[in-house]
Amino acid sequence: MQKELNAQKIGLIHPESSEQKYPYIGDIQAGFPSPAEDFFHDYISLDELLIDQKESTFFARVTGSSMSNDFNDGDLLIIDKSLEWEENKIALCFINGEFTLKRIKVKDGKCFLVPSNQDFPLIEVNYEQGVTIWGIVKYSIRKH
Amino acid sequence: MYALIDCNNFYASCERIFNPSLNGKPIVVLSNNDGCVIARSNEAKSLGIPMGAPAFEYESVFRRNNVKVFSANFPLYGDMSHRVMSLLSNFSPQQEIYSIDECFLNLEGINVDLQQYGLQMKSRVEKGTGIPISIGIAPTKALSKLANRIAKKFPIETGGSYVIDTDEKRIKALKWLKVEDIWGVGRRNAKKLYAIGANKAIDFVQLPESWVLKNMTIVGLNLQKDLKGIPTIEMLPVEKKKSIATTRTFETDLRTFDEVRERITTFTAMGAEKLREQRSLCKRIVVFLETNRFKEHETQYYPSILIKLPFPTNSSLELVKFANMGLKQIYKNNVYFKRGGIMLTDFVDANEFQPSLFFNSDPRHKKLMKTIDGLNQKYNKDVVRLATQDTRKHKMRQEHLSKHFTTDINEILTVGK
Repeated sequence: MQKELNAQKIGLIHPESSEQKYPYIGDIQAGFPSPAEDFFHDYISLDELLIDQKESTFFARVTGSSMSNDFNDGDLLIIDKSLEWEENKIALCFINGEFTLKRIKVKDGKCFLVPSNQDFPLIEVNYEQGVTIWGIVKYSIRKH
Repeated sequence: MYALIDCNNFYASCERIFNPSLNGKPIVVLSNNDGCVIARSNEAKSLGIPMGAPAFEYESVFRRNNVKVFSANFPLYGDMSHRVMSLLSNFSPQQEIYSIDECFLNLEGINVDLQQYGLQMKSRVEKGTGIPISIGIAPTKALSKLANRIAKKFPIETGGSYVIDTDEKRIKALKWLKVEDIWGVGRRNAKKLYAIGANKAIDFVQLPESWVLKNMTIVGLNLQKDLKGIPTIEMLPVEKKKSIATTRTFETDLRTFDEVRERITTFTAMGAEKLREQRSLCKRIVVFLETNRFKEHETQYYPSILIKLPFPTNSSLELVKFANMGLKQIYKNNVYFKRGGIMLTDFVDANEFQPSLFFNSDPRHKKLMKTIDGLNQKYNKDVVRLATQDTRKHKMRQEHLSKHFTTDINEILTVGK
């Protein structure tokens, strides 16, 4: 890139003669070592507990009421996009231009998306309708 | 063998993951300040919207064709890129991340059906992140680039993964590729090649080495060898960058020294932050400026200056001081600059660095920089910056910004109804 410009090079300061080298020892801390230091790795990590494939894990927040028996407004969802769908799992679906949560049921060779609130309709998955299973809900976290 | 993996229309694909109703619709992503088009979906490409199209000129085209317009959402793109690269790193112990949406894998010693291996990468990445990718596999890096181009151009025939593993396939591919599309052959070299009647990559490969060396330097010669199937372009280790460049086209031509200094200061501070992130110190800075080459009636001036530092440092204060010393040497009054940048090079590891007797980085800066970086990270923007730096970041025009779905807990997907 530089070649293309009218390169005009100068060295500003060039103190090569003074480059005396001696070993760098690093930061030294004084004082009594903490007896807890050896146990430092024993801690509980929610990340480790709730997320096993970090690349494909996404968060979402619940609003609305179609799954009111399973979720409350404001629940935090931990969704794994890489998981294959399975009977009885709750999926984050994209239907009619919206994201929605539904439980997956298989009956008589057909696949249905079932809302847990009975006031809402059951949806049969067919390709013309363009249902996308975006990911599978692994955990939900609720504030109490 | 090398694999080159490339995300298809990466920025547009990122937007689609969180809004699947955009699938099949034309999308463009605009540069900082919503200036011009920096990414297009295939649908937008086929509408004839060119790369770099100024947004204001194309407003009616967007409206007429119902093109979805987005401001660049770099926190989102960066996070999605990280996920893709991390998944791909499982396929080889040697990965070189080449750009936000591209990486090389060295597949040496991996004895599997490579076509299948490519398809496995594709399904793992697409299932895990929703980002569609293309894979090219070949004995050299330049050929893997070419294989990737074929995979992308013929998705149905190749399934998005193409392997060049015979000389027959290599020759066929080289006969297909135009010289201007060879990886690393710039506009100027392509012109030289066309001038001597070399139109396809196969013609380039057959040129005498002496001609290539004379007209395209050692870089061109290495490229030619790579295309012959002799691995010449090596993998670069990914952990640390060897140079960091920050370069921008300015929103308007800058007419005063103070304006230019502010930009150079900001670029240097940005570069210094990246330098500290990878725990390196740098020993050289290049500062350069360019005038607007489209304004032919104005004075054209493309100066650049290399500054050798008296000591290695990653302090913003020190680097800015030196960059500005360099700037003063090359700046000319009454010349209007359109573009400029800095490049930090010649790195040493901060941990291995041995101080010299007389000239050293001010040790107090180490703590200061740590504090500044900490504050900026905590508050997620440049809350602390140098006085000569502008507040421009906060004034950026982003009228079509999607949410930071993956990096801000207040902006994650909402699911309902």
